[in-house]
Amino acid sequence: MPNLPLPPALKPRPKRPGEENGPTHPAHHAAEAGISAVDWIDERTALSGAGRWVMFRKVPKGTNWFYTLGSATLFAFLNQAITGVFLAMYYDPSPTRAYESARYITNDAFLGEFVRGMHKWGSTVMVILIFLHMARTFFFGAYKYPRELNWVIGVALLILTFVMALTGYLLPFDQRSFWATVVAVNITGTGPIIGPYLADFMRAGPEFGATTLSRFYSIHMLLVPGAIIALIGAHLYLVTKLGTTAPPWLRAEVDGEFNEERL
Amino acid sequence: MADDRRKTKSKYTSDRLIPGSFEGETVTRRRFMTGTVNIAGAVAVSAIALPALGFALGPVFERTELKWQAVGTPDEFPETTYVPKVITIVAGIGQAGKSTAYVRKRNPNIDTDKPDKYNQYVAISTRCMHLGCPVRFVEAASRFICPCHGGVYNFEGLVDGGPPVRPLDRFYTRVRNGQVELGPRYSVNSELHRFSPRDPAQPLDGIGQYLYPSRPTVRKLPPPQS
Repeated sequence: MPNLPLPPALKPRPKRPGEENGPTHPAHHAAEAGISAVDWIDERTALSGAGRWVMFRKVPKGTNWFYTLGSATLFAFLNQAITGVFLAMYYDPSPTRAYESARYITNDAFLGEFVRGMHKWGSTVMVILIFLHMARTFFFGAYKYPRELNWVIGVALLILTFVMALTGYLLPFDQRSFWATVVAVNITGTGPIIGPYLADFMRAGPEFGATTLSRFYSIHMLLVPGAIIALIGAHLYLVTKLGTTAPPWLRAEVDGEFNEERL
Repeated sequence: MADDRRKTKSKYTSDRLIPGSFEGETVTRRRFMTGTVNIAGAVAVSAIALPALGFALGPVFERTELKWQAVGTPDEFPETTYVPKVITIVAGIGQAGKSTAYVRKRNPNIDTDKPDKYNQYVAISTRCMHLGCPVRFVEAASRFICPCHGGVYNFEGLVDGGPPVRPLDRFYTRVRNGQVELGPRYSVNSELHRFSPRDPAQPLDGIGQYLYPSRPTVRKLPPPQS
């Protein structure tokens, strides 16, 4: 595995003169074992090439903190995914039990209020970060050729995030979330011709019924997160494939050699 | 060269010198195999996807049964004001399935709709026709007022102001066994003509009744024969 870049600490140290077969440090053995384990996997999967392709990319001059907004959004999503998995351990999506289970999470479960707060405020943070990321892309002109498709995927992710925010709002099942969802479903119903059917689909019938809450729950924690993860994968693949753009205030450098060729 | 090949290409495999071809055979075995595998894949995917989709869409086409529920004796309901009554819209889901209806006796001096056996008592739904918040009857103003976005309805449930697009929904009423009973919900337009129940925010005047079709599963009651 000659090409795998290793942090300096893991690189085998050159031997000192007169130390050819002398005692070696135990850490050296540990490092060797680690390298050979990674080597074993890499020989069978060739993953190190993919790792290098993702991590050791050329980055344009002028890259700055604005370029971290996409990663920040990704971490907001990871926060939602992880806290959401653990909230699901306590939450009960039945109309008679949902409020009580949410109350249990907040008042009784150890760190429940904290984790629920992370999920609640995390959703707001995620929406804000998406908009900042979108604004960065727009003002830096990073949506232009050849990155149009990545903008389209990003808009799909934005809409899916709104769907997450909407479906998640019902789950605490208090007065505010109940009536807000009633309003949201009725707004959906104002679409001409198909609106009434869409509203019935969201409610699972003409009235807010026994399975409306579990339907929202399933959409919130299974359907949309799966779609978001798949689209984030496509989004990141295209970012890696196409690279990032330089900020618009940077002038293109004149390539002397290239110019000579043209002349 | 390419032109040559296109010219010599026959639809019969035997003419194309494909080894093992039969007389009159037009589909190569490779094409046949590709098609078979594609069809098998499509069958497998739809065998999974179609039941799942039908399962999710099923409730939209489910017929809801008509239920009448008693709310009180006839002498409970005056002609000049409303009595709030809690009714069950969806059974078995606790508070979320309950709603309030405002009930009064029909007052010939106020009510302009044609009297029949279903409206001898007027039962007004509290679902605001702007976006579905619960309205309440304010005695002092003798109007229905919505707390969410300021919709105001008059004593008959007709829109007085604010964003609502049609008058408040009503329930069919009848008297059975000495009890006033509330039946299914129905919607009305600004002239109090009956329509099968629509969701809030869907106007029923003019083009609205065509833009927001009724559900095939929930109909209004047939007009009384008498």
